[in-house]
Amino acid sequence: MVQAAMEKTKNMLERFAEVDKILERNGKNKAKLIRILQEVQEEYKYLPEDIMAYVANSLGLAPAKVFGVATFYAHFALSPKGKHVFRVCDGTACHVKGSQKIIDALRSELKLEDGQTTSDDMVFTVETVSCLGACGLAPVLVIDEDVHGQVTADKAMELVRALREQEKA
Amino acid sequence: MIENAKQLAEKADGIRKEHAGRSKIGILVSMGTCGIAAGTTPILNAIRDEIKKQGRDGEVEVIETGCMGLCHSEPTVEVFDRESGASVIYGQVTEQQAAAIVESGSKPAAGATALSRGWYYPEDEENKDNALQARIVLRNTGRINPQSLEEYLVQDGYAALAKAVTTMKPQDVIDTIIASGLRGRGGGGFPTGKKWAFAAAQKNDTKYVICNADEGDPGAFMDRAVLEGDPHAVLEAMAIAGYAIGATKGIIYIRAEYPLAIERLNIAIDQARKEGLLGKNIFGAGFDFDLELKYGAGAFVCGEETALIHSIEGMRGEPTFKPPFPAISGLWKKPTIVNNVETYANVCAIIRKGADWFKKIGTAGSPGTKVFALAGKVNKVGLVEVPMGTTLRDIIFGVGEGIKDGRAFKAVQTGGPSGGCLKATELDTAIDYESLKALGSMMGSGGMIVMDEDDCMVNIARFFLEFTLDESCGKCTPCRIGNKRLYEMLQDICEGRGTMETLEKLDTLSRTIKDTALCGLGQTSPNPVLSTMAQFKDEYLQHIQEKKCAAGVCHKLITYTINESCVGCTLCARNCPVDAISGERKGRHVIDQDKCIKCGVCFEACKFHAIDKS
Ligand SMILES: Cc1cc2nc3c(=O)[nH]c(=O)nc-3n(C[C@H](O)[C@H](O)[C@H](O)COP(=O)(O)O)c2cc1C
Ligand code: FES
Repeated sequence: MVQAAMEKTKNMLERFAEVDKILERNGKNKAKLIRILQEVQEEYKYLPEDIMAYVANSLGLAPAKVFGVATFYAHFALSPKGKHVFRVCDGTACHVKGSQKIIDALRSELKLEDGQTTSDDMVFTVETVSCLGACGLAPVLVIDEDVHGQVTADKAMELVRALREQEKA
Repeated sequence: MIENAKQLAEKADGIRKEHAGRSKIGILVSMGTCGIAAGTTPILNAIRDEIKKQGRDGEVEVIETGCMGLCHSEPTVEVFDRESGASVIYGQVTEQQAAAIVESGSKPAAGATALSRGWYYPEDEENKDNALQARIVLRNTGRINPQSLEEYLVQDGYAALAKAVTTMKPQDVIDTIIASGLRGRGGGGFPTGKKWAFAAAQKNDTKYVICNADEGDPGAFMDRAVLEGDPHAVLEAMAIAGYAIGATKGIIYIRAEYPLAIERLNIAIDQARKEGLLGKNIFGAGFDFDLELKYGAGAFVCGEETALIHSIEGMRGEPTFKPPFPAISGLWKKPTIVNNVETYANVCAIIRKGADWFKKIGTAGSPGTKVFALAGKVNKVGLVEVPMGTTLRDIIFGVGEGIKDGRAFKAVQTGGPSGGCLKATELDTAIDYESLKALGSMMGSGGMIVMDEDDCMVNIARFFLEFTLDESCGKCTPCRIGNKRLYEMLQDICEGRGTMETLEKLDTLSRTIKDTALCGLGQTSPNPVLSTMAQFKDEYLQHIQEKKCAAGVCHKLITYTINESCVGCTLCARNCPVDAISGERKGRHVIDQDKCIKCGVCFEACKFHAIDKS
């Protein structure tokens, strides 16, 4: 029991140690809150609630202020994302070139319910973004960091399957 | 270190000579985000290998550039001859063509697709071939290596800054910009010189120069192209602005979706600092200026200048009421100017060539050029820079070479979520800030999306409202709740529940939101609704009265049926996700309309054109 509790505290301290580094790097500057949260997200892939509270405390801000900022900006995720993130562009250029079909196809292939963005096995996340600035290649799909242009629903399916194979291997 | 204007000129001359001695032929490879996504990297490598193989290292040089704007033909490559000035541009280049391209020099290579240029550079040449495009903002984009300060210096880089700080008073700079008639390219069209004059008139030790690189309009990528292709031009212009208004600090607020632009800006800032072009005592004139990047985190409203300032301060990017304008009280309550990337990209040319030169291009009320991101259903998708006053027809059917797949033009959308759709009868409008506004749209930042008969205008209005809903910061009621109601009404119309009363309410509520919302986002968000209602009333009526969507976009209003061409191959039935299709093998199938969810899978699967969509 005691050992488990100590283990937990130790883990927590280690968790916050990373955050401390981020805070130090940014000089515990309130004006850098967005940057700090971005770095936290790079580290954890999303913004865990306890860490946001910790950041708030360290910067002398009310936790509500930090949550307020975190919920305002689309880049911040409040829950964990899948291992592979599909970002389908739904900007105007991509929309008129049929991005909705790609979104529908991906969501149905990954069996995502309404409102759900990450597959149950935590492997895939499907998001939409508005304009990646590559409208010349519309419709555009970004998988993790790779930009794919002139995507069709079929091509998107191929890409999903290829990643699935890769995951199995 | 470049310590004064003379050293700058000497250095540029030195580099020119060195380049001429280094290689006769330059091969430009387009390495913008879109080029890279289209696969230019392997081509770049193939060309490099080929130069080695042909033993022409000392003669042919490869230069990685930003976007040439010919997105329709990526990957693109341009080969030019330094001595004769001759050049040829290739589109859809493959690795296999590398050998022929290297071999042919500036003469068209066999087996590769040469493209026509279609633009001229007003700063460097006359418009001999009556080109539709004039490149001032994009003068260097696609022509130089954006990661090389030297190449920028060859194009008179930093000469405008040197001229400003060593030969002009701050007031002269402002007067020149006012006289040029330059107006903000971020959408509003506010006279840039006037904005600078307001800030300059403020007595304060600390002032800020901000570059708005948030480029939020979905369907626009001009600013990205400039930042990726010619980052120094923006830095130089910001320094000039700093000198003019008495600021020593600049901030570029850039959206995090543009990693390549961020990387190139960082490189450029480092280079400029190393050469003393940013920092203390620039050109020995006693003027200090430096700048830093701040990253957006995915909020469209942060493109609005007061929201942008709050975001830089680390807060929620909510707009506040103006006045006070940022020029009076901006970042950290100090006098601040906020200008768009493209606005800055005009400044150096104006300082180098003078206000009168600039005014010769464009119209009297809107001098200069405008860059548009031409996209959608047009044949030649890409970046287009035309003099103000060019007609929509010249852009879409001239530069853009008409509508894809021989379909009919239906509408062109400008101004993004704040703008509107214009129809065929408006194609001959000469575009400037005023003419577009008069037609219920606006210039916006430069997104131009072409739509054809397969696009439904009600759906487009709903699409933009959905965007606004997502992006509304929620601070004011008309925008937060009003837009939600607008969206629901449009949804009703798209799904066959709309009545004539819905249409009336749509109009009244739109006007109310326009009059009462807090910031530019809400005040302009009903524009896509109002403009499509005005221009495409019949389409709305068709959705409401006949419950039909002629473009075949609104799912719920479509019926799929199987006609006599059906050979009974069963493909549709096997593909239907809800088992709504039944029939014997080799016999005509039928769709159970009660079960059908109108997903269109059968329509796409059928190889015999046996499925009708109506
Ligand atoms: C909702 C909204 C979004 C905006 N987005 C941008 C943008 O992405 N880029 C931009 O330069 N200006 C944008 N603006 C305009 C800015 O508020 C501001 O007018 C502009 O940056 C001023 O620069 P300019 O005078 O050089 O155009 C936006 C305005 C509103 C109301
Ligand atoms: S609309 Fe998709 S990249 Fe611009």
